[in-house]
Amino acid sequence: MREPDEGVEEEGTPDRLYAVTGGRTQASRDAGLDLVSLIVSRQEPRPGMPPEHADILRLCGNPTSIAEISSYLALPFSAVTVLLADLVERDQVEVRAPLPAAHRRNTTLIKEVMDGLGKL
Amino acid sequence: MDWESSDTSASDGVASDTIAAPRRGPRKEDVLPASVTAAVKIVIVGGFGVGKTTLVGSVSEIRPLRTEETMTQAGVGVDDTLGVEEKVTTTVAMDFGRISLNDRLVLYLFGTPGQQRFWFLWRGLFDGALGAVVLVDTRRLEVSFDVIGQLEERQVPFVVANNAFPGAPRHAAEELRAALDLPQHVPIVDCDARQRASSRDVLMKLMHYLHDLALTPERL
Ligand SMILES: Nc1nc2c(ncn2[C@@H]2O[C@H](COP(=O)(O)OP(=O)(O)OP(=O)(O)O)[C@@H](O)[C@H]2O)c(=O)[nH]1
Ligand SMILES: [Mg+2]
Repeated sequence: MREPDEGVEEEGTPDRLYAVTGGRTQASRDAGLDLVSLIVSRQEPRPGMPPEHADILRLCGNPTSIAEISSYLALPFSAVTVLLADLVERDQVEVRAPLPAAHRRNTTLIKEVMDGLGKL
Repeated sequence: MDWESSDTSASDGVASDTIAAPRRGPRKEDVLPASVTAAVKIVIVGGFGVGKTTLVGSVSEIRPLRTEETMTQAGVGVDDTLGVEEKVTTTVAMDFGRISLNDRLVLYLFGTPGQQRFWFLWRGLFDGALGAVVLVDTRRLEVSFDVIGQLEERQVPFVVANNAFPGAPRHAAEELRAALDLPQHVPIVDCDARQRASSRDVLMKLMHYLHDLALTPERL
């Protein structure tokens, strides 16, 4: 085994990832979910729900990025996207997609960002 | 990985050892209003210890958080006699912060981990990003060559920010441009990542650059 690099860990996360996602791979299910997609719950968590689904619904009463969900629930990004794919399929959450890269050329958006930064 | 909690406020310039401990949810004051409809992101890249986490922390309205991803890569030091490539799963952590730009739009800043080989493996990290900040330390410029090449290849617009460490050789912007072989239009700025205003100015520089590019698209 190599020495773990700085900022990198080799640990038991894959097992947990496997457990919470039922072993499914993310590739087929999470298309379009980005680190900064904003998730908003459409319903309260219900008893009997898988606990990770309930955690997400509880967390996302207000818009919450997938990065924040991953951080607060201490789950890898791709595990969160797999869980979210289920919730999206059942219409239990709303996804507010991030602005696409084409907006790099949108001067209205660029000015909006500048105005926001100017207030810092 | 250091996960210990700290009460350092996000505006003080938070270094990597003061990343917030994982919690089950945001503090009340960190909850975004329901009116927020979309997010944009900027990625901060640079070598080990160049000040990425500090920059994110100095401008973020929340204490920087940490997200992680598991990545599978071919093993290193594999026993060749077996003829099988061992897969090694690594967990890569990334710090991020947030700036509410107005009641509809929020900006996320991601500070990449020191290990460069993972930056472009993180699926989607650069895809929708408005752009990137390449943070450089003039004592170790060489770590920046590869990432600059990768950003150019992916057509991710970037500015170069020279984080002023004490004792680092002072470079005029044009010397730095030559050393990094940067095209004339790529902005180079000096910064002190610990200072909110200085970090904000770096982001502002990136936005001015994007604005120029939008008006003269042939340059990118
Ligand atoms: N003098 C000076 N020190 C700085 C500056 N920016 C960061 N530092 C210090 O440099 C050290 C490393 O900064 P970090 O922000 O952790 O750097 P990083 O790029 O996130 O490091 P890794 O994530 O480990 O690659 C910390 O002790 C900071 O306080 C700066 O502008 N000037
Ligand atoms: Mg860091």
